[in-house]
Amino acid sequence: MVAIKTVNLTKKYKDTVAVDKLNLQIEQGTLFALLGVNGAGKTTTVKMLSCLTKPTSGDAFVDTYSIKDRAADVKQIIGVLPQETAVAPKLSVKENLEFMCGIYGFSKDYRKAKTIELAEQFGLQNILNKKAGKLSGGMQRRLSIAMALISEPSILFLDEPTLGLDVIARSELWDTIRALKGKVTIILTTHYMKEAETLSDSVGIMRDGKLLITGTVQEIIKKTNANSFEDAFIAVVKEGEK
Amino acid sequence: MKTLTFSGRCAKEIIREPLNLFFGLGFPVVLLLLLSAIQSNVPVNLFRIERLAPGITVFGLSFMTLFSATLIAKDRESSLMQRLYTTPLKATDFILGYMLPIIPIATAQSVVCYTVSVFLGLPVTVNIIKSVLLLIPVSVLYISLGLLFGSILNSKQAGGICGALLTNLSAWLSGIWFDIELAGETFKKIADLLPFVHAVELQRAVINGTFGKSTTHLYYVVGYTIVITLLAVLMFLRQMKKQ
Repeated sequence: MVAIKTVNLTKKYKDTVAVDKLNLQIEQGTLFALLGVNGAGKTTTVKMLSCLTKPTSGDAFVDTYSIKDRAADVKQIIGVLPQETAVAPKLSVKENLEFMCGIYGFSKDYRKAKTIELAEQFGLQNILNKKAGKLSGGMQRRLSIAMALISEPSILFLDEPTLGLDVIARSELWDTIRALKGKVTIILTTHYMKEAETLSDSVGIMRDGKLLITGTVQEIIKKTNANSFEDAFIAVVKEGEK
Repeated sequence: MKTLTFSGRCAKEIIREPLNLFFGLGFPVVLLLLLSAIQSNVPVNLFRIERLAPGITVFGLSFMTLFSATLIAKDRESSLMQRLYTTPLKATDFILGYMLPIIPIATAQSVVCYTVSVFLGLPVTVNIIKSVLLLIPVSVLYISLGLLFGSILNSKQAGGICGALLTNLSAWLSGIWFDIELAGETFKKIADLLPFVHAVELQRAVINGTFGKSTTHLYYVVGYTIVITLLAVLMFLRQMKKQ
């Protein structure tokens, strides 16, 4: 079943085409990694799919809801982890989780249960009363993902989730993302080839707003006759230059 | 429900900032004590507690602009706002969520100012309660100014403009510290065109029991509150669309 489908999705900013007639299909329960160099259009694509910005033309369907006409419905079923950590710094870990529950209109009892469940899932039980602003970068990112999952979204957008994290924190976050696979459709943007290789079911490579190729990591390596995924990525991007 | 959740978060963010507590509650009280001490040694009509208390109470509200402007500007710069824009929160939830929690903070500040003033000799009358109630539109005016500046400025600019410029302007042009007539005709004309002096005079009239003769001041305050609030809402919606 298709979780996300884009139809000639385009975003223009004055004379710049940030995303150019993107046609993409992502299967439910899979992890799709969107790759590309800086300015390729990855974040703009995520912003359009999560209803943060409106497309200039074309449309996208998130679980059959059009991002243009049914933004409110789309917002009910998605979770977003922005590029930087998105937590309320002066609120405790518990208050941050309860805050997100409140925004989705959960009852008091459900809010409590959900907070405990996510705190356990993300290893936050011992720091529930600590202010989010005082946590390490890795823990803040963990809390940030927990907040994105609180509404039990069927589709989760992770925009460069491990950016700026140390090796250990990155590895822990990969474990967390792996655990979500199959239950949630995940769209991940990243600059790390290893991350895409390790986590994704399929990959899309963008350049200058255009989607150059989609497929599994192995398919892309095979198509480009490369020795590694990084070489394959470079070959695809350089080919796109021509 | 969603509005209350968001406003609860905003209230916590404001209250948990120690500098906010100092400026919001401590600073006006320090001014009241200091100026009352000067008044007891060198009696000046302007610093009589009946005139000083309403002035300082209104001046204290100028910090509400600083609180709301910096909170909104900081939120706009953070990824949290981006996340919240992808949730079912609507524009009205954001606007009310930012404005509502500051009203009780402003009211608490006014109550503290008048309570301290009572200890400094302000007669205890029902006028104090009327005065606190009539401070609500003044509070909304200052909070809306915060919403307006927070929507168009970054957090550094909002801190500078609201923390230094606006607090000083609203103090000089309100007749709290000196009689504005002494500063010349042009200065008085400018002050009369702005809402600050009217807010102070309205409060003084209520405390002195002459509110009936001061409806012009009320019209100025309410008029400015409506215009600034509408402008602030428009600017907030504009930045929301831009994000």
